[in-house]
Amino acid sequence: MVLGRLLRDDRGGQAMLAVLLLVAVLVPILNLVVPEGNPWHVSTYTVTLLGKYLTYALLAVAVDLVWGYLGILSLGHAAFFGLGGYAMGMYLMRQIGDRGVYGHPVLPDFMVFLNWTELPWFWQGFDMFWFAVLMAILVPGVLAFVFGYLAFRSRVTGVYLSIMTQALTYALMLAFFRNEMGFGGNNGLTDFKDILGFDLTNDTTRIGLFLASALTLALGYLACRFIVTSRLGRVAVAIRDAEARTRFIGYRVDHVKLAIFTFSAMLAGIAGALYVPQVGIINPGEFSPLNSIELVIWVAIGGRATLYGAVIGAVLVNYGKTYFTGAFPEAWLFALGALFVLVTLFLPKGIAGLFSQAVTWWRVRRPRERTARVTP
Amino acid sequence: MSKPNPIKTTLLSAACAVALMALTPAQSAEPPIKVGVLHSLSGTMAISETTLKDTVLMLVEEQNKKGGLLGRPLEAVVVDPASDWPLFAEKARELLTQDKVDVVFGCWTSVSRKSVLPVFEELNGLLFYPVQYEGEESSKNVFYTGAAPNQQAIPAVDYLKDELGIERWVLAGTDYVYPRTTNRILEAYLKQNGVADEDIMIDYTPFGHSDWQSIVARIKRFGSEGKKTAVVSTINGDANVPFYKELANQGVTADDIPVVAFSVGEEELSGIDTKPLVGHLAAWNYFMSVDDPNNAEFIETWHGFIKNDKRVTNDPMEAHKIGFDLWVQAVEKAGTTDTDAVQAAIIGLETQNLTGGTARMLPNHHITKPVLIGEIQEDGQFAVVWQTDEEVPGDAWSDYLEGSKDLIADWTPPIMCGNFNTVTQTCLGSEAE
Amino acid sequence: MPTRIPLHRGIWISSLLVLLCLFAVTRVSAEGSETVSFEAALIDLSDPSFAVKQAAVDVIAASGDPRAAALLQALAAGQLYVRDADRALVLVSPSAGDYRLRDALDGSELGEASRREVKKIAINNRMRTQLRTAIAALTLASPDPAVRLRAAQQMLGDPNPLVIQAIRDQLEEEENRQVRDYLTLSLALADLQDPATEIRLRGIDRLSGSLYPAARNGLNRLLSAETDPEVRDAAERARTHIERMRSLNEAAETLFFGLSLGSVLVLAAIGLAITFGVMGVINMAHGELIMIGAYTTYLVQQAMPHWIDYSLFVAIPAAFIVAGLMGILIERTVIRFLYGRPLETLLATFGISLILQQLVRTTISAQNVAVQNPSWMSGSLQINPALALTYSRLYILIFALLVFFALLVILKRTALGLQVRAVAQNRAMARSMGVRSGRVDALTFGLGAGVAGVAGVALSQLTNVGPNMGQAYIIDSFMVVVFGGVGNLWGTLVAGLTLGVANKLMEPWAGAVLAKILVLVFIILFIQKRPRGLFPQRGRAADG
Repeated sequence: MVLGRLLRDDRGGQAMLAVLLLVAVLVPILNLVVPEGNPWHVSTYTVTLLGKYLTYALLAVAVDLVWGYLGILSLGHAAFFGLGGYAMGMYLMRQIGDRGVYGHPVLPDFMVFLNWTELPWFWQGFDMFWFAVLMAILVPGVLAFVFGYLAFRSRVTGVYLSIMTQALTYALMLAFFRNEMGFGGNNGLTDFKDILGFDLTNDTTRIGLFLASALTLALGYLACRFIVTSRLGRVAVAIRDAEARTRFIGYRVDHVKLAIFTFSAMLAGIAGALYVPQVGIINPGEFSPLNSIELVIWVAIGGRATLYGAVIGAVLVNYGKTYFTGAFPEAWLFALGALFVLVTLFLPKGIAGLFSQAVTWWRVRRPRERTARVTP
Repeated sequence: MSKPNPIKTTLLSAACAVALMALTPAQSAEPPIKVGVLHSLSGTMAISETTLKDTVLMLVEEQNKKGGLLGRPLEAVVVDPASDWPLFAEKARELLTQDKVDVVFGCWTSVSRKSVLPVFEELNGLLFYPVQYEGEESSKNVFYTGAAPNQQAIPAVDYLKDELGIERWVLAGTDYVYPRTTNRILEAYLKQNGVADEDIMIDYTPFGHSDWQSIVARIKRFGSEGKKTAVVSTINGDANVPFYKELANQGVTADDIPVVAFSVGEEELSGIDTKPLVGHLAAWNYFMSVDDPNNAEFIETWHGFIKNDKRVTNDPMEAHKIGFDLWVQAVEKAGTTDTDAVQAAIIGLETQNLTGGTARMLPNHHITKPVLIGEIQEDGQFAVVWQTDEEVPGDAWSDYLEGSKDLIADWTPPIMCGNFNTVTQTCLGSEAE
Repeated sequence: MPTRIPLHRGIWISSLLVLLCLFAVTRVSAEGSETVSFEAALIDLSDPSFAVKQAAVDVIAASGDPRAAALLQALAAGQLYVRDADRALVLVSPSAGDYRLRDALDGSELGEASRREVKKIAINNRMRTQLRTAIAALTLASPDPAVRLRAAQQMLGDPNPLVIQAIRDQLEEEENRQVRDYLTLSLALADLQDPATEIRLRGIDRLSGSLYPAARNGLNRLLSAETDPEVRDAAERARTHIERMRSLNEAAETLFFGLSLGSVLVLAAIGLAITFGVMGVINMAHGELIMIGAYTTYLVQQAMPHWIDYSLFVAIPAAFIVAGLMGILIERTVIRFLYGRPLETLLATFGISLILQQLVRTTISAQNVAVQNPSWMSGSLQINPALALTYSRLYILIFALLVFFALLVILKRTALGLQVRAVAQNRAMARSMGVRSGRVDALTFGLGAGVAGVAGVALSQLTNVGPNMGQAYIIDSFMVVVFGGVGNLWGTLVAGLTLGVANKLMEPWAGAVLAKILVLVFIILFIQKRPRGLFPQRGRAADG
């Protein structure tokens, strides 16, 4: 019922979720049941890769929610993603226990390495999975809330806001690079062993993580659909298109912005938490401002303000990156750069726009054919 | 356009195949041995790593000229991890599972090595890592052909202390794990040698730091207090150019305050105007200027391969060369490229260093290396001013750090462990069964 | 009488040299050799062992031979070679492809030789110090004031009584103020070690107010051993005085560092202040335009290797034109289709920046390239012994201001500037008034890009020139423009200099990394207070 309401008029979303469902069913079967060597076999490498793309897709959906529907171009969403990732990374570090290279019962290797004797306070509690997950959502949420509260209240908008979010992620990157911070400095957190007692190198664990990513992406997508189809979402679009007018009508613009921005940050945090166990490392490079710009580009390529377009963009660009870095290691940046330029020039609505154009074209054309058949 | 004629096509391809068979030796019938190359070709590390990619390609080409390995040709598989650390792990997995390479030569930064380490251990691959690093690691699947701290930092400090009479020390580094560890080891070592706290100044800067005015001024002041002062620099790559320029401009010359660097080699100097730097030092295990027939041959091959006589050679390139030679020998000895067989075969094998002497693969997967101290010359080369009498064996676990002084690595039976505690006689952590 | 004094002085110098000689003899005999003659030492100079060479230098320095000073100077300067054929010492100066040789002892021409026929006599740091001391002793009476100055500096704080006497004699003769300063300082330092209280007090009095580090070190040394309360008291006071003066100078130095860092930020940002601030294009390729300017400098220097000192004067216009044309190209092919959609210019220019980076990597090299500093950019301007301003920073600070005011004049005083501002404020209105907005857009973007290129020339003098250099500046540049207020050149100037000084003020106690983080946090908070930056643009044009 609810699902029907959410996805009404969202053919792209329907198709996307259908494909997602298909992939989520097929991939585990093709990986676990079909024997290796069979052309239909999907390798574990591909599974992890797909899992990574799905977390990126969730992140892109979060960006599209604020950019496409609220008009806030955040150049700092990688910061929320990274924070979520660090929360999960800290849990995975604590799970290593005494299996680190120094065999210390509690301290992660890098702390032994820096001669620390006890666990810093902010590492407490991360041995519990629920706590880590909570933090992966709360920390980005609180940061976004505080940042948004300050920025939206004083009506920082447009380019200024974008540059400020960029400053935020840049400052976080520099901070996490510092070894004194207690997050492993430049090396970040790595060498994870298991999650919830399951061995991370195990194929079934990987499938599990992949399915979790697919499920979270679907839920995240529906949650965003829920917001954009609700009254809140319509006010958001009004703010995007005419902020001053919306304010004069009597809406609390800053409250709406704050709510959606914080939600989006939490979603990014969850994406980060799912990302880390699948790639096996989290380090300050994730906070790099360039990453944030890149993910905005995924959304632009997929098609802004469509949500499902963000998913398409994230998966496509990252697949392209994987493929080209292997196939044309010397020239892939040319291809990527040219792609960005061409898409902005010729596909202002992204791939999703192309898709809906095609649908319109098809609809316009079909009746004519029908008419042609009727009249001899 | 005419359609392709099937008969013509078949004939043509058959002719081609025959021609190819006639041209290439019979060995091509065998599937090639694949050599993975995992070096960044774009992003921040491309500056250093592209050279290493070319080095491996050259080594592969040379080996093929000698008729390949085990009667099979070698084939290099190059990927670009783009200076993106998670991408290193992904690309490592791609090389090992999709391309099914037999060995990988790659990585530069510690974080990239840490990122791929779990992948190599999980998939039981072979990685040869060619760069000097902070130690504190020994994996069954990794061979460390660059210097451990005891093969670079400690001999350099000994040289400054004994030969130049240095009493005050500035330990300047980029804020990441290699400088942090090296400086901690050096600090402990200096204090053991009676250097007082106030005579050691430690300073960390971010990556790519470009404004060195304040720090150089501080170093100058620190060095003007009457005691002979030296800077031990673990400043990384890009930040070095503005650092040295600032030193020169503020009038800090090598005879006032010598700087000994662990990350500045010929390649880095080729991007600097070296005139003001003459006399500053670097500690490495290889210098291009060393007069040795092996080295001359290596340089000549390199110039021929890269088609540019101006290109320099450097320490990590030698490390790849040594690693490659040892791997080739191990495969020949084992008669297979199988990881476990190569691992067992390679320990104890020896090859010629390019600077004379031999490199031997030790049970802890590090190698023996001579330590050379060179002074920067006007032409961007180093003149060797001091060197160890014999090769220094690489030590995975530093004797000067609290956590690791009781640890050793030994990948031969019966220990077979990368972090074996000699006091408790146990294998720690992840290797424990 | 000019003849008498040198003789007198000569005695002291030769006794000093005798002392050195004794030292040398003991050293050489320790090596197991008895050769102490000048000629024998010459042969030892080409020995591969540094120990043998050091002993030889001592012998030569002490020989009293008139050729010694020139010989040792040549050795220190790295011009002394040995000819393989007859092991003769030769002076080498490079000539086209080969070397031109002169006899090291009598200076007679020996013709040309190839690189393989001669071998350089290598020296190490220890030898450099040794040579410097020896040369100082031999050249304190040199007619060239610059040489005397170097000798006086080298001898500073040397407690050897023979050295002190030589200094005292030289002081009577000396006319050059700087050399006198050093000599007096040396004598004052010697006074501190005198057993007589009044002499020590005299020394303290002379040192008080001296900014030379040696003065403070001398006082510190004195205080660590002194027992006489009167002397202690005087020394304490002198030291406090020195410390206060030094900290004043340090503050001035920090301010200069801050302004200099600020000027780099201004230079990097000012092109962006036009493309982003005036035109509203979020130009992510701005850093790469800087990079193009820097590479232009490199190519200019490659083209004129013998004229490095003038290369920058060629490079500045060249970089402006190359980067400007690149900017016009970018504007005409991409950006002109995106006006009114600022966020999409971000995406397209980001793509362009990737392409430009990779272009440099494939066409030139993935490695950094070496850009040389002209000789007038090297070294520093010594204001006083505790304060020196490096020339490169000083010139770049001035250059940044010049570029800034030139831009200001272009925008405020020329027809183009008027049109630029008109189009920026209201494109439709400007067009209807007959402004060819397309041409103006192209020129404005070209101007911004050209200025970025010129910034690249300046930055090439300070830092790396490589494919990644642009990325290092892009974020800082945006911060400066936003902090200053978009669309306001003065804002960019004030913002850049403020951030530079703030950064440098915090650096000593917070460290470089934390200082940068704090500055970023400060900007974020500041923008909450003043959402349009330091100097907000007034009127409707600011909305959007």
